[in-house]
Amino acid sequence: MSRPVAIDVSHLGKTYDKVRAVEDLSFQVYTGEIFGLLGPNGAGKSTTLRILITLLNPTSGSARIFGLDSVKDADRVRQTIGYVPQERAIDRFLTGREHLELLADLYHLSVDDAAKRIPQLLKLVELEPQADRPAKTYSGGMKRKLDIACGLLPDPKILFLDEPTLGLDVQSRLRIWDHVRAMRERGITVVMTTNYLDEADQLCDRIAIIDGGRIKALGAPNELKVGLGGDLVSLTVREHDRVEKLATAIRDLPAIRAVTTTTNGLDIRVDSPEKALPAILDAANRLTCQLEFIDYHRPRLDDVFIAHTGRSIKDDQPKAEDS
Amino acid sequence: MKQYSQEIRALTMRWVRRLSREKFSMLFTLVQPMLFWLIFFGNLFQRAADLQVTQSSSYISFLTAGVVVMTVLNNGLAGGVDLLFDKENGFLERLMSTPIHRTSVILSRFIFVTTITSLQVLVILAVAWLFGVHPVTGLAGVATILLIGMMFGVGLTAISMAMAFSVKSHGDFFSVLGFLSLPMIFLSSALVPLAAMPGWMGFLAQFNPMTWAIDAVRPLILQGWAEALPHVGMVIGVMVLFDAICLYGGARAFRRAIG
Repeated sequence: MSRPVAIDVSHLGKTYDKVRAVEDLSFQVYTGEIFGLLGPNGAGKSTTLRILITLLNPTSGSARIFGLDSVKDADRVRQTIGYVPQERAIDRFLTGREHLELLADLYHLSVDDAAKRIPQLLKLVELEPQADRPAKTYSGGMKRKLDIACGLLPDPKILFLDEPTLGLDVQSRLRIWDHVRAMRERGITVVMTTNYLDEADQLCDRIAIIDGGRIKALGAPNELKVGLGGDLVSLTVREHDRVEKLATAIRDLPAIRAVTTTTNGLDIRVDSPEKALPAILDAANRLTCQLEFIDYHRPRLDDVFIAHTGRSIKDDQPKAEDS
Repeated sequence: MKQYSQEIRALTMRWVRRLSREKFSMLFTLVQPMLFWLIFFGNLFQRAADLQVTQSSSYISFLTAGVVVMTVLNNGLAGGVDLLFDKENGFLERLMSTPIHRTSVILSRFIFVTTITSLQVLVILAVAWLFGVHPVTGLAGVATILLIGMMFGVGLTAISMAMAFSVKSHGDFFSVLGFLSLPMIFLSSALVPLAAMPGWMGFLAQFNPMTWAIDAVRPLILQGWAEALPHVGMVIGVMVLFDAICLYGGARAFRRAIG
């Protein structure tokens, strides 16, 4: 299966003052997907993003955006991308509309095109009522919407978002997610950095987990979770002598990956709980094996992160022990 | 070329809009502290200053050239402040991610700072006029003063922008700024002619580009073309060199910061 590639990153490295921020990074972003760079602060995801948007030159390797080199063809790359920096990249004294007017000139839009596009964008991000108020009167969510409108102004093929929901309240966050999904609907490729696991999980089609400047895992959130060995079903069995029999019966069922015996039951790794759970219960019934307790646990992205980096994404918070 | 001018116009208008949004700031930008130097310092030292030494009819008329150049100094050195804030809050990154010519942002700043400074210089000359200081070289002299101010201002603004792009925080920027500006003023011929300074101060003041600028502006106000022209010729040469060095340093700092 080959999908059209929007971004091709090959052996990318960036060293600042002898510190390696990014090392030997290679990945591809397909057109029309939401691609997330997930990692803790200082992992190298912002450096990667800055190289992709031509603000930094790599010290080794290359990044191609629709075949254009991020260094040699920087100017043409800039014409095809939109960028939404982290919050506050806003001029407090300018109104929302003036921000868009300024950017329209910087993208060399004609007066007519700008006059057409700016009201459309203000409408799209629901900022029409506040369009003529100075940005210093805006709430965090409104600033973010303006940021996004600014990023969309050039009608980009790829939109880069740096921590799009950092510091936002829950409602604004969900709104921003909706906007990002709407962009994908319009055929825009979205590349975003985030250090929120739930954001990466729910919003991104594919993610690259970055830690210490290297890619630790790459794929769709679900693939990565499944890659851990599937969901976990734990059975507590009343009659201990029947455990072995039950284990044998379950091992041959469809959608079962692995079965291990525990002190008072079984731990079963399953591929698809929809198929596996009824089959497991059915097997237990057939063997008249009474189940005291069933625990079903779906691997979270956090588990993926820990499995690949050896630590939780919030490195200052020790991970709670799962029993 | 059309695109370049579109960018520069839009970016310059941004600075103008920002200034116009803050009415007080706009008022105090035009009627600024330098006027106090002229009005208070000029009148305060009227009798304390030896007019034989200053070789002028009044101390305020001697001081006018100094205050004009001090205005250029202050504005120039502060010229990078807004870019510093742009850098810190990420707005600069937003601008740099657009397909603009890399120099547009800087050029817009030069245009803005130079224009504002020229207006301020005119306000100062107008206030000096009220105190009886009438430039003997007339309007052509005033135009020459503006030209010298602009040339000096470009170099200073370049230094300021280089600092803005190099410093780690705006605290550093303002510390350096505060540290630089007073010695620049005292070690120049702004307040006292070189000949009347203590030897070591006069020696140091010779190397201060501010002194060169003042020594050209002062005869334009007090003496006339015959006296002024050699100084004007000299200062233009000095300023071309000064600007070249500052612009080179500024461009390097900019390239390092922007990549």
